[in-house]
Amino acid sequence: MSDWTRLTIHETVKALRDGRVTARGLVEAYLGRIARLNDTLGAYLTVAASSARAQADAVDERIRRGEPLRPLEGVPLAIKDVLCTRGIRTTCGSRILDGFVPPYDATALVRLVGDGAIVLGKTNCDEFAMGSSTENSGFHVTRNPWGLDRVPGGSSGGSAAAVAADLAAGGLGTDTGGSVRQPAALCGVVGLKPTYGRVSRYGLIAFASSLDQIGPLAKDVRDAALLLETIAGPDPLDSTAAGEPVPDYQAALGRGVKGLTLGIPDEYFVTGLDPEVEHAVREAIRVLERCGARTRRVSLPHTDAGVATYYIVAPAEASSNLARYDGVKYGLRAGDARDLVPMTAATRAAGFGPEVRRRIMLGTYVLSAGYYDAYYAQAQRVRTLIRRDFERAFAEVDAIVSPTAPTPAFKIGEKTDDHIAMYLNDVFTIPAPLAGVPAISVPCGFSLTGLPIGLQVIGKPFDETTLFRVAGTYEAAGGAARRRPELAPGPGAPPV
Amino acid sequence: MSLGWETVIGLEVHAQLLTRSKMFCGCATAFGAPPNHQTCPVCQGLPGVLPVINRRAVEFGIRTARALHCRINGRCRFARKHYFYPDMPKNYQISQYEAPLAEEGWLEVEVDGAARRVGIERLHLEEDVGKLTHEGGVFETASASLVDFNRAGVPLMEIVSRPDLRSPGEAAEYLRSLRTILRYLGVCDGNMEAGSLRCDANVSVRRIGVTELGTKVEIKNMNSFRHVRDALEHEAARQTRALGRGERVVQETRLWNPDRGVTVSMRSKEYAHDYRYFPDPDLVPVEPDPAWVAAIEVDLPELPRARLQRFVAEHGLTPYDAELLTGDRALGDYFEEAVRVHPNAKALANWIGSELLRELKGDPAAVTTVPVRPAALARLVALIDEGTISGKMAKELFERMVRTGEEPDAIVRREGLRQVADEGAIGQVIDEVVAAHPGVVGDYRRGKKQAAGFLVGQVMKATQGKANPQLVNRLLAERLGAG
Amino acid sequence: MSDVKITLAEVEHVARLARLALGGDELERMRSQLDTILGYVEQLRRVDTAGIEPTSHVLPLVNVMRDDEVRPSYPADAMLANAPDPHDGQFRVPRILEE
Repeated sequence: MSDWTRLTIHETVKALRDGRVTARGLVEAYLGRIARLNDTLGAYLTVAASSARAQADAVDERIRRGEPLRPLEGVPLAIKDVLCTRGIRTTCGSRILDGFVPPYDATALVRLVGDGAIVLGKTNCDEFAMGSSTENSGFHVTRNPWGLDRVPGGSSGGSAAAVAADLAAGGLGTDTGGSVRQPAALCGVVGLKPTYGRVSRYGLIAFASSLDQIGPLAKDVRDAALLLETIAGPDPLDSTAAGEPVPDYQAALGRGVKGLTLGIPDEYFVTGLDPEVEHAVREAIRVLERCGARTRRVSLPHTDAGVATYYIVAPAEASSNLARYDGVKYGLRAGDARDLVPMTAATRAAGFGPEVRRRIMLGTYVLSAGYYDAYYAQAQRVRTLIRRDFERAFAEVDAIVSPTAPTPAFKIGEKTDDHIAMYLNDVFTIPAPLAGVPAISVPCGFSLTGLPIGLQVIGKPFDETTLFRVAGTYEAAGGAARRRPELAPGPGAPPV
Repeated sequence: MSLGWETVIGLEVHAQLLTRSKMFCGCATAFGAPPNHQTCPVCQGLPGVLPVINRRAVEFGIRTARALHCRINGRCRFARKHYFYPDMPKNYQISQYEAPLAEEGWLEVEVDGAARRVGIERLHLEEDVGKLTHEGGVFETASASLVDFNRAGVPLMEIVSRPDLRSPGEAAEYLRSLRTILRYLGVCDGNMEAGSLRCDANVSVRRIGVTELGTKVEIKNMNSFRHVRDALEHEAARQTRALGRGERVVQETRLWNPDRGVTVSMRSKEYAHDYRYFPDPDLVPVEPDPAWVAAIEVDLPELPRARLQRFVAEHGLTPYDAELLTGDRALGDYFEEAVRVHPNAKALANWIGSELLRELKGDPAAVTTVPVRPAALARLVALIDEGTISGKMAKELFERMVRTGEEPDAIVRREGLRQVADEGAIGQVIDEVVAAHPGVVGDYRRGKKQAAGFLVGQVMKATQGKANPQLVNRLLAERLGAG
Repeated sequence: MSDVKITLAEVEHVARLARLALGGDELERMRSQLDTILGYVEQLRRVDTAGIEPTSHVLPLVNVMRDDEVRPSYPADAMLANAPDPHDGQFRVPRILEE
């Protein structure tokens, strides 16, 4: 019996269509692997075994009846637990939503399931997507499949680990300051943050509304394109989901990079950048040059201000978005239930973890009377400067290449006490969401200790096509077949 | 108001808009559904939901703004207003702050015969909150409360006046005029008791001649025009007394208590509300297209004051009658349609103001469904004017028209209600009556003029009420005078 | 000693605004952590933003609105299914003493 869990989405689709495996067989393969590995990895918070089986059976029925197959028919996916899934517990990695079962599906889920995909389960994340290591989850830690003492990155660490460890054919994460791309880089998978407004946010439990985007985590670039094609597009339920038509992203993969000019930003290759990361990324750029891309230096002068800008804007919006968690309508209700105000205050203190509490406090402060202009309004003005940096650069180049993260995966517990150090993990990924532009991370090598390194490509608004061209070309030319982390040796072997 | 003191009042009015669906989601706005039966994830503020603006609410806002001569802002945005309260699903209300829909308008108000412009500072849109009921009935003693979110998300239009009002009477008149305009525009039904129109006031007092404003106090819980007038009168007096005693007026919010006739302080905390407004990132700006605004303006109905002035000028009505007829748009429409059929404006005004209004049991808007249609009423008045029926007969006819919806001519024909206006025929009846009551005639001739009334009554009885009364009076007077 | 960015009183005030119960030690811990973060983000104040408009939306979208059409509401029991204390079809909350 082949190990179906090793297949990419597009390979899986082909295998199902060819009849080499049934949808149920596929789901059972993944469920088995999850059963063997999830205790160790902690990728999933909720495994939706019975609904996945039922969905798989329905797919097999369609196949048996010879009905036309949809693009993602039978494909089992891992969904980050900040996305609402009707009837399936959704926690955002937070105790304050423990037990919450949404009565509705996020639009992205409706589109995936509408195209035939199967939800295997909900993955672990930093609480309310706030974090860069998934250590802020209110439930448990997720371990990096490439080093079990290492973080998988965050906040979409669960989905990234699941995809890296073949616990799903692909997955969805969300990216606000790098939360798809950085875990993708640390886990050696492909992760994309679409242009702001490319994918509907309806059903994405909000962290920072002007930054949040749902993005695919995938085993290869083609899968990422396939997933994006499915979830992208306007939505009458989201005023910010633009009316731009969705191009054929998969077609971009074969177009090569001849004629493209790639920008190498001065400010991203500075102190603090791990030498191994720099080496791998520069080598990847050379591969792209050999494939026919031109390169030149560009400057994004306000890069340094990015982290500070983000850590004012995002917490401010988060403090507002999280005000609704008050023990009244859903979720946790704790403490003294005699009076409302103390009940709400106790519920929120008990239900939110330390990082979320910190950001709510910070966000409330920077929006408060007397401080709004000096902090929030100022940060939004600096944000305009950051946007303009990109506009100027994109007048000269078609895309910008850089490292995704400054270091490979760090150890669990290593940075939890130094908040600023933790925030600086996002230094390369933060500017793109501030400017609203798309960016992809694609694996480009390993450190000497075998930890993955990611190459980031940043593109113009709504130009994911160029991202797929560059990433796809690099992936094809990069040479090595996809490496897998050494975990369970395969089905039939004793549990790890 | 005590001598030497001036009251300064500004009113903040919230009007529930008559859209079919809510401000940011498709749930119905209709009143009366069982609790939480008219909600969805969006208006319940579930995790992950997003608002989408109801275009008609914006249209109603623009319509109202232009009727109030406001400037429509080229770009307006929605902002989040933060505070925690269980009737607010998201613990922030989507409202407008720095860039409201419209600003700087005015409303003409007439008090004691003089017309004054009251400034309108701003007009903006926001969402309503849910409804709280308290177990045990009273907020102060309830051990728990219940929340119904049916009303959460219903569109509200907030209209803030400048502090231009100078008396409780003026404030009540401003509110009344504003309410009539909102009803004319069809954007709000103006029902204060039901809460579709709400009013809060800011009141301060100062010595006459002083230009600085005194400390203002916010007054809430006024649920009728009466409440508004009474509460403001009480509050102005309270503040004047306090200042007269050398005390300070505390800036606070006070609730009107209609049972006790006083305003009561809502014990405020040491920290005031910090709403932490910022532009709502889930909603993009609204830039009303000038062509759209122009189309809305063209469609504005004739407004109450303009209509009133026209009724006086064109139809020669008294201001009193004109005010009555323009108090409701449907009533004025009815009048105009009737007058087109038969141009006796004064008589029609009287009929509408008395008989018809009585039929409507105090709800002028019901004039659209009353069985007596304008043309029929006009015809009734025409029949009187032609002398075909008497005024008294007309009243009976009217009753019948209300019951059956029939045209007056049809009823007259069928029941032979034509007035007898034949002098000869009436003269004959008069002769008979005079002959039958020599005693009464004698009384009359001896100076008891009111005895004629009895004789007139006999004539009317003998003619089954069909004799033309004016003719009877004249002929009888002649006959009696003749000796 | 670096200058203090936020005082204990301010932290208490913010905690009240945010409805977060912070007891004893936690207040000072929070104060210290916020102080560090504010110290870091202070750098933004030194960026010259004269004449620069704030970015409230990265997209140039305007006038996204919907028609005034009624859509079916959700069944009441679906809306109450996650309620901590549903009662008589409504959400029950403890005594609301103050605004």
